Amino acid sequence: MTEFFQHLVNGLSLGSVYALIALGYTMVYGVLQLINFAHAEVFMLGAFSGYYLASWLPAFQRGPRFLVVLSLSMAICAGIGVVIERFAYRPLRNSPRLNALITAMGVSMLIQAIGQLPFFMGPSPRFFPPLLPNRSLLSVAGVGVTTLQAVTLGSAVLLMIGLHRLVFHTRFGAAMRAVSFDGRTAGLMGIDANRVIALTFMVGSALAAAAGILVGLSYPRIEPTMGVLLGLKAFVAAVLGGIGNIRGAMVGGMTIGLVEAMAVGYGSSSYRDAVAFGILILVLVFKPSGIFGKAVVEKV
Amino acid sequence: MTCRQSRGPLDRGVGRSAIPRGASLVLLCAVVALAGCERKSGARSAPGLGTGGGSSEATEILFGEVASLTGPEATFGQSQSRGIALAVKEINEAGGVLGRPIRVITYDNQGKPTESAAAAHRLVVRDRVHVLLGEVASSRSLAMAPIAEEHGVPMISPASTNPRVTEGRQWVFRTCFIDPFQGRVMARFAREELGLTRVAVLRDVRNDYSVGLANFFVDAFTELGGTVVSDQSYSAGDIDFRSQLTEIRAKNPEAIYVPGYYTDVGLIARQVRELGMNVPLMGGDGWDSSKLYEIGGDALEGSFFSNHYSFENPDPIVQGFIARYREAYGEVPDALAALGYDAARLAADAIARVGSLERAAIRYALATTREFRGVTGTITMDDHHNPVKPAVVLKIRNRAATFARTIEP
Repeated sequence: MTEFFQHLVNGLSLGSVYALIALGYTMVYGVLQLINFAHAEVFMLGAFSGYYLASWLPAFQRGPRFLVVLSLSMAICAGIGVVIERFAYRPLRNSPRLNALITAMGVSMLIQAIGQLPFFMGPSPRFFPPLLPNRSLLSVAGVGVTTLQAVTLGSAVLLMIGLHRLVFHTRFGAAMRAVSFDGRTAGLMGIDANRVIALTFMVGSALAAAAGILVGLSYPRIEPTMGVLLGLKAFVAAVLGGIGNIRGAMVGGMTIGLVEAMAVGYGSSSYRDAVAFGILILVLVFKPSGIFGKAVVEKV
Repeated sequence: MTCRQSRGPLDRGVGRSAIPRGASLVLLCAVVALAGCERKSGARSAPGLGTGGGSSEATEILFGEVASLTGPEATFGQSQSRGIALAVKEINEAGGVLGRPIRVITYDNQGKPTESAAAAHRLVVRDRVHVLLGEVASSRSLAMAPIAEEHGVPMISPASTNPRVTEGRQWVFRTCFIDPFQGRVMARFAREELGLTRVAVLRDVRNDYSVGLANFFVDAFTELGGTVVSDQSYSAGDIDFRSQLTEIRAKNPEAIYVPGYYTDVGLIARQVRELGMNVPLMGGDGWDSSKLYEIGGDALEGSFFSNHYSFENPDPIVQGFIARYREAYGEVPDALAALGYDAARLAADAIARVGSLERAAIRYALATTREFRGVTGTITMDDHHNPVKPAVVLKIRNRAATFARTIEP
């Protein structure tokens, strides 16, 4: 039983990271019907912004330093998200969807390849500085929770609540849902679709940056190719929850994290990735719209 | 706007004009990505000599190197490349081989087996190199080996320890020991020196090297009377190992054998400590990189790994190499640099011994190598093109690998 709860804790802390990244995929899909493959690279750039900020901002002490690095990285990546949208996707807004999809892959590969040049990040993994002390927070009957696991889960949940309020309780959220529902009509009603889309990219990219920092803290090895596998898993999580649906991304991320932890714990660890991608196949075969795909009419 | 809008005649014009721009952007991305993976470096560029492989064949000896200069285990390729470059520079300064200078052509494989095969093919067919050098990782050497076989070009892998790399092949050699031996070394050390009986194994299931080494360790350790209490796996690139380690913790082992690459081992070590386990980790030569200590930090203190050489070896050959390497690159060479150095010198030695650039003659000279004095030990090729040489076990103290013991074959 001890093992079960330890797997539960492990799964939830990993799942919250998947969920944060999945939110970016799902939001962009919601408004543009575009799978933004470059999102995984924004996540990677978030981790690296945190890395560089932490080494350039030694003046801040431990507690606030984490929050300063987190918010600045989120701001930087929000900017990067807008730039990607402006130069890679907006020119293709009216061309067939496939063009935008291939462009997304191209942008993803471009950022990965450039990141590996020695002039930028270089190919070798870097050590992410410990912004927060990592110690055992509580230990009940052999089940340990570290401070970092708690911070990861806590920050992820707070950010998701914030996003939920933004989307469902603000004017911007209403505009976003309107564009998602029908972009042309929303435009006729006086909503500036381009602005809404740019803002969506900003929010999604900021969440990816937060995920990058949280991953860097818990798993302090960052490299330009770190987004590939995590991004793919998060994408699976978004599809599982019903791509385009915010609650779906949260639930999907947590589910994938938990299923992976349990698959390793009670099945065979060799099949960890196979389980995650097997879920994707099952979802696509039996319920292509995902868990929340049909239950909720309103998409974001 | 969404893509849900109708494509009426009004939209058509806008759509058209955007298509070529999109296509060119994709093309641009592809070109940049491709340009990033290819790097030529002449270890010694003689002015006036043609750069094309074919035209300069008469005057230069060409070594073709495939290295992981980028990708997840980039320090492997960078060390190998530096070792080879240093050896070639020294040979050329001493007058070259058969009166000719050596030139190294290096292609980056981004740490991917498919790219390694492509790079090897290009070196063999287009650059027409005399000897193929590389790779460190067994998976990537295994991708190169069939090309060397098919085209009849001698290939030396400096550091691939998986037996299948040279098994049943005519043209493929290596300068390192092989995994059945390396696995046995750590099993013997754990049983005889540390007196351990219960050990867990955590292997990288997507890596030929890691799977092979784990199997050889398990066989040897059980044969010596020990028990493997848990055998878990991960895939390279994973960041979370807590689930596997929670399983291992439940079995209460005395040590964990992690025959993976340094990139993953550092993170694994941290998570082992976070889960409250204080047992030592053990591993193989894939641990050898300064990055290991950067990522693993203090979590690796007191752990052991088997390796090809120790920088504490007082042998003048070793110390001389370390001094020259340090002068050139400003760091202590790891084992992969030492093996790269040995591989390039072995190739030059074979050419000098046989006095010919005929590929079949070089192959013959390599196969009959006896008592070649390298930095990583004395190399005598056995019938399967594997050198017979001792291994060292290193202990990690104060974030450095200190010598613990030599184990003879």
